[in-house]
Amino acid sequence: MSASPLLAGAPHAHGGDSLQQLMGTVLLALAPATLYGVFLFGWPALNLLLVIVLTCLVGEALCLWLAGRSLRPALLDGSTLLTGVLLALSLPPWAPWWIGVIGGAFAVVVGKHIFGGVGQNLFNPAMLARIMLLVSFPVEMTTWLEPRPWFSGTTPSFLEGLHITFGGGLPMADGMTGATLLGHVRTGLGLSQPLGEILPGHYQPGLAALGWTGGSLGETSALLLLLGGLWLLWKRAIAWTIPVAMLGTVLVLASVFHWSDPERFVDPLLHLVSGSLLMGAFFIATDPVTSPLSRMGQIVFGAGCGALVYVIRTWGGYPEGVAFAVVLMNAATPLIDHYLRPRVYGRTWLGQPKPVSERARRAAAGRDSGSGPA
Amino acid sequence: MRLHHFRGGVHPPGRKQFSADQPIQSLPLPARLYLPLQQHAGGPALPVVSVGQQVAKGELLARAQSAISAPLHAPSSGIVVDIGQFTAPHVSGLPIPTLVLDTDGEERWPEREPPPDPFGLDPEEVATRIGDAGIVGMGGASFPAAVKLSKARQAGVHTLVVNGSECEPYVTCDDRLMRERAAEIVDGATIMLHALQASRALVAVEDNKPEAIQALREACAHDPRFQVLSLPTRYPTGSAKHLIQLLTGLECPAGEPGTEVTGILVHNVGTAYAVQRALRHGRPLISRIVTVSGGAVAEPRNLEVPLGALAADLLAYCGGVSDDLVRVLSGGPMMGQPLPSLQTPIVKGSNGILALTAAELGPEQLPDPCVRCGRCTEACPMGLLPGEMARRVQHDDWAGTLAFGLNDCMACGSCAYACPSRVPLSQSLAHARGALAEQRRAEQKANYTRQLMEQRQARLARQEQAKADAAAQRRAAKDKKQRAAVTEEDDE
Ligand code: SF4
Ligand code: SF4
Repeated sequence: MSASPLLAGAPHAHGGDSLQQLMGTVLLALAPATLYGVFLFGWPALNLLLVIVLTCLVGEALCLWLAGRSLRPALLDGSTLLTGVLLALSLPPWAPWWIGVIGGAFAVVVGKHIFGGVGQNLFNPAMLARIMLLVSFPVEMTTWLEPRPWFSGTTPSFLEGLHITFGGGLPMADGMTGATLLGHVRTGLGLSQPLGEILPGHYQPGLAALGWTGGSLGETSALLLLLGGLWLLWKRAIAWTIPVAMLGTVLVLASVFHWSDPERFVDPLLHLVSGSLLMGAFFIATDPVTSPLSRMGQIVFGAGCGALVYVIRTWGGYPEGVAFAVVLMNAATPLIDHYLRPRVYGRTWLGQPKPVSERARRAAAGRDSGSGPA
Repeated sequence: MRLHHFRGGVHPPGRKQFSADQPIQSLPLPARLYLPLQQHAGGPALPVVSVGQQVAKGELLARAQSAISAPLHAPSSGIVVDIGQFTAPHVSGLPIPTLVLDTDGEERWPEREPPPDPFGLDPEEVATRIGDAGIVGMGGASFPAAVKLSKARQAGVHTLVVNGSECEPYVTCDDRLMRERAAEIVDGATIMLHALQASRALVAVEDNKPEAIQALREACAHDPRFQVLSLPTRYPTGSAKHLIQLLTGLECPAGEPGTEVTGILVHNVGTAYAVQRALRHGRPLISRIVTVSGGAVAEPRNLEVPLGALAADLLAYCGGVSDDLVRVLSGGPMMGQPLPSLQTPIVKGSNGILALTAAELGPEQLPDPCVRCGRCTEACPMGLLPGEMARRVQHDDWAGTLAFGLNDCMACGSCAYACPSRVPLSQSLAHARGALAEQRRAEQKANYTRQLMEQRQARLARQEQAKADAAAQRRAAKDKKQRAAVTEEDDE
């Protein structure tokens, strides 16, 4: 019979879900956006993705080995792979290899293992690494390029790709690089231009939604991210709470401000389809380890993320705020978990036994429809 | 009737098809029956027979010890051969006081007057008769039924819920009872309504038992006080607290031992059946229906079993077990206990003996770390944070575990069922409960020892004091004598 006395206790049945399965589902949901990113930005994007994932896996193995823990379950559970993919998708697609190595190593070592490994980290490792890179290497991290999809004749060849990733970096030629939409808006607003002059020629909602635009490796196609996210919801791999609260908050805030001054505040749709908002709402803020446990807590967390994204995008020093927003709310998670516990059956929110009112009792007896004293 | 909702719960595969279509059969009478004196919540029963005594079927073997206790009757005629210590039907496998009866195969009932019409009796008298028949809650909790009924009548309970939800996988004994003996169940429930002086009976059955629902509807069609409700299948609908919430939206306040404050009393269908047998036919509770099932059982069945038959007897009658047997459970897979040995007897609360294979138990794998996914919280019908509690149990932080609501946990196992990391959640909580109980026992013992010590010290101090007093008296007397002598000298 069973080796461990704990395992021999009830229940003697299991729902069958596993960690690998959960991580696998998330990775599968990210696959379309990932493939699209590679299609859009060519060999260098693929190189970067591989470099980061490899770094993450090696870093994880090294940390486990140093801690004297067994490699097998932790390395294969898919969480490291997911961290690597999420980080890669959030970077400029033609970033040089060392950005990938530094970022991947930072995510795994500092983001995860300093806290004690899987399940222990306070912050989302990928976002922590993204912020570190953004702060340390602002130039490399904000060099965006227009899409140069495969089969369009503008893509670099395999060898050129190797050169871009591992060689001297971007063969900068004029017209090849550009700002992201949000960056462009920020610059324009900084010059006191009204939106009516900034946006035309840069913003076509349809193209933005499809992802035919400059941006991070995997965050350009709002449509594919949305589909992936909805699939996750349908598979119940994530709860509805965080995405709904986060997107809802951004939409509400953006609508209110846009309505108050359409020339200064961009419209809600632009917020939705640009930057990492959808990626953040479905794939990053929903990271179970770093988000609250209770539904109520998740709603507060999601709303907090949304509000911070809007504030940073609109008034902050960076055009994009998802990484900062998520990491800030990660820091608040222990507090949220402490104060927003689910209400226990038979207890009030304050934990006192919940009395049964005379009226409820009468209603339960079927003698009174609950319309007042009988 | 509009149903309400309870939070959490899980949907384990029913696996009832193994035994659901097997009609109830009687287990051939075993040659020897093992009857633990404690088959119920409360104090153990006290034997009123002696070793070597011949007893008739249904004769009282042991009487209730106190207000919360239950008597025990002979499941068959025979000779009491021993009153000793035998394996308890519990994981610990610790021996408990057990009465052993060698049956003579005559199945002799004593001559008895037919019982009077229960509806002519005083409600309290009905409850007393239910208590005297040794009837306890047959759904698993085994709380003496009469105590529950009297308390509920005094509290003015208006509704009896007859619980036929049977939400544990595999187990089909209540299903069969409802299909085959619906009229008796309804009659028993009617008697309970009288004992309660309640005005309404709701018969609650999960919708995966349509035949049972149909049979019950037909059986109670004549009585407008009855309503049969088909409930969505979800574990743990059968829990009294959650059934009440599902039916009325009311929650039983935390810490209340019973459900009377909600105006509702829940009793299992098996209990209603036993009440009918006792009050209509004068038969005490001496047998029950047990489902024998699981992938390792050759012929799964529903058996009517005399109390005291061994799990081994039941399994043998069902064609024995195959080699891929991994674990034998008493009860369902969600809350059942692994049996330490097949030589454990069926008691009043046993509803199933399951012989499970490795494939049914799922791969045995070491738990992954908790990733705080919150699924245990989603699954917990009590609204607890099982992952947080288990984390505290791991660090032996009992105060923290209690602060997170250990005492509100109903040990339903939904959390561990749902956890993708297979963290042994409910198992850790069971461990914590055990450790805390152990701690309380140790404290009680320490208190007792301290009291003894204090008493001894007080006694010693008193003795010292007495000695000192005596010495002082002696000294005083001596002084007086000396002084007297001196005075005498002076006088001289
Ligand atoms: S279900 Fe398991 S992994 Fe998820 S929070 Fe609960 S204990 Fe942790
Ligand atoms: S065993 Fe306890 S903690 Fe786990 S789900 Fe059931 S009530 Fe909740």
